[in-house]
Amino acid sequence: MKVQIDPERCQGHGRCYDIAPGLFGDDEEGYGQVLGDGTVAPDQERQARLAEFNCPERAIEVS
Amino acid sequence: MTVDDRFVYSEPAGEEPEGVRSEIITGPVSDWATDFSHLEPEWSADPYPIQDDLRQRCPIAHTGRFGGGWLPTRYDDVAAIAYDTERFSSRSIIMGNFRPPHDIAPVGGSPPISSDPPFHHHARKLLLPAFTKTAVSRQEPATRVFCHALIDAFAGQDVVDAAADYAQHIPMRVIADMLGFPPEDGPRFREFVESVLEGINLPPEERIARMERLFDYLLGQVHDHLDHPRDDLTSYLIDAEIFGQKLSADHVTGAMALLLIAGIDTTWSAIGSSLWHLAGHPADRRRLVAEPALLPTAMEEFLRAYAPVTMARLVKEDMNWRGVAMKADDWILLSFPAANRDPAQFDRAGEVVIDREVNRHAAFGLGIHRCVGSHLARMELRVALDVWLERVPEFSLADPAAVTWSAGQIRGPRSLPLRLGWPG
Repeated sequence: MKVQIDPERCQGHGRCYDIAPGLFGDDEEGYGQVLGDGTVAPDQERQARLAEFNCPERAIEVS
Repeated sequence: MTVDDRFVYSEPAGEEPEGVRSEIITGPVSDWATDFSHLEPEWSADPYPIQDDLRQRCPIAHTGRFGGGWLPTRYDDVAAIAYDTERFSSRSIIMGNFRPPHDIAPVGGSPPISSDPPFHHHARKLLLPAFTKTAVSRQEPATRVFCHALIDAFAGQDVVDAAADYAQHIPMRVIADMLGFPPEDGPRFREFVESVLEGINLPPEERIARMERLFDYLLGQVHDHLDHPRDDLTSYLIDAEIFGQKLSADHVTGAMALLLIAGIDTTWSAIGSSLWHLAGHPADRRRLVAEPALLPTAMEEFLRAYAPVTMARLVKEDMNWRGVAMKADDWILLSFPAANRDPAQFDRAGEVVIDREVNRHAAFGLGIHRCVGSHLARMELRVALDVWLERVPEFSLADPAAVTWSAGQIRGPRSLPLRLGWPG
């Protein structure tokens, strides 16, 4: 499983890095950033899905 | 004294700003679908049944008040308008009886909230670094100490006003610190907030006089910062540049007004509404006291169900939009609270479910105007509730009928008498 952020949609709400700080961080303007290459460990899958489902801008893709 | 030409000239007092004024219409609403008003007491007291009814029978309601406007109550419609900055302008974001002139766009009176693309991006970019989660976390220890001090001051009282004596003071102190304003000016901030957001239907001369008091105050703060520059947002805005040029005086004071007003009443409302809910729902209160780790999740649910902020837009040109005939300069009352209770978007939309894990709410807006202070607001709300629940785990509504709510686009308790059950 991998996570991605669509930078065109992200507005910096920060739900992803609140909910899944192991997978997402913020840049100097508060926009979401995927940490590393976005690979989701099995024990992070639930967090990844919660980040996806809570993003107000639907900017997160989990594949 | 430092001379900065931008801030030397001030407009003659009492001059009417250019723009279009509409007739002030107040009084009971005849039909919410055709005559809505967010400034009537029925709306302030409980807007949710009105919004739920409209969503069913007239999802884009109309009013002839305020010179004409529309109220969408479905999530999809609110989101579509928030994203459509081509057809809906932020030239004014307070729905009232005054429309600023067209040439004020794309900057607007209080950038970036009043700005349209492409200028918006640049005005917003200036503010973002000061309001990231990391940046606002520096305010957290002082906020926590301040919340404890407010509760210390309740000692010996069985009934306190949680809106006036707790919720209100927290964002006032935080934003005063960030802007570098004297913390003892809190009562003036309250007056400014009420002038801007609740004085909508006052006669124009009174409204203009009140706005002048706000901008005179801000200009005074600018001059104090020119004489004594310091590490705060006011000095930052005075020195900031867009395209290699310092900001205009109007941009500096407009942005200061935005941060002051929007930084106070919104968070004050969110803290107050959350405490109001917990005071009236003992099972939720006990569960949060027992499970403090649930607070971040519960907080998002309070933000969804009691979203304090409604925005406004102005229609740019005549058009048929999703079945209604919008005219240029019609208002859109952009109700994030109504969107947040749309059953098409949320299960059990009308209920407060404090462990709701999937909560794609729009309390901080959607699209390019996402609340720039959302990370600050969340920090303040979390700390305010955390400290309160730790210090005063037992509390209830002392007199439910005495609770009053603010009027207009920002909704929260303004009087909230709570009976405290002190531990031990």
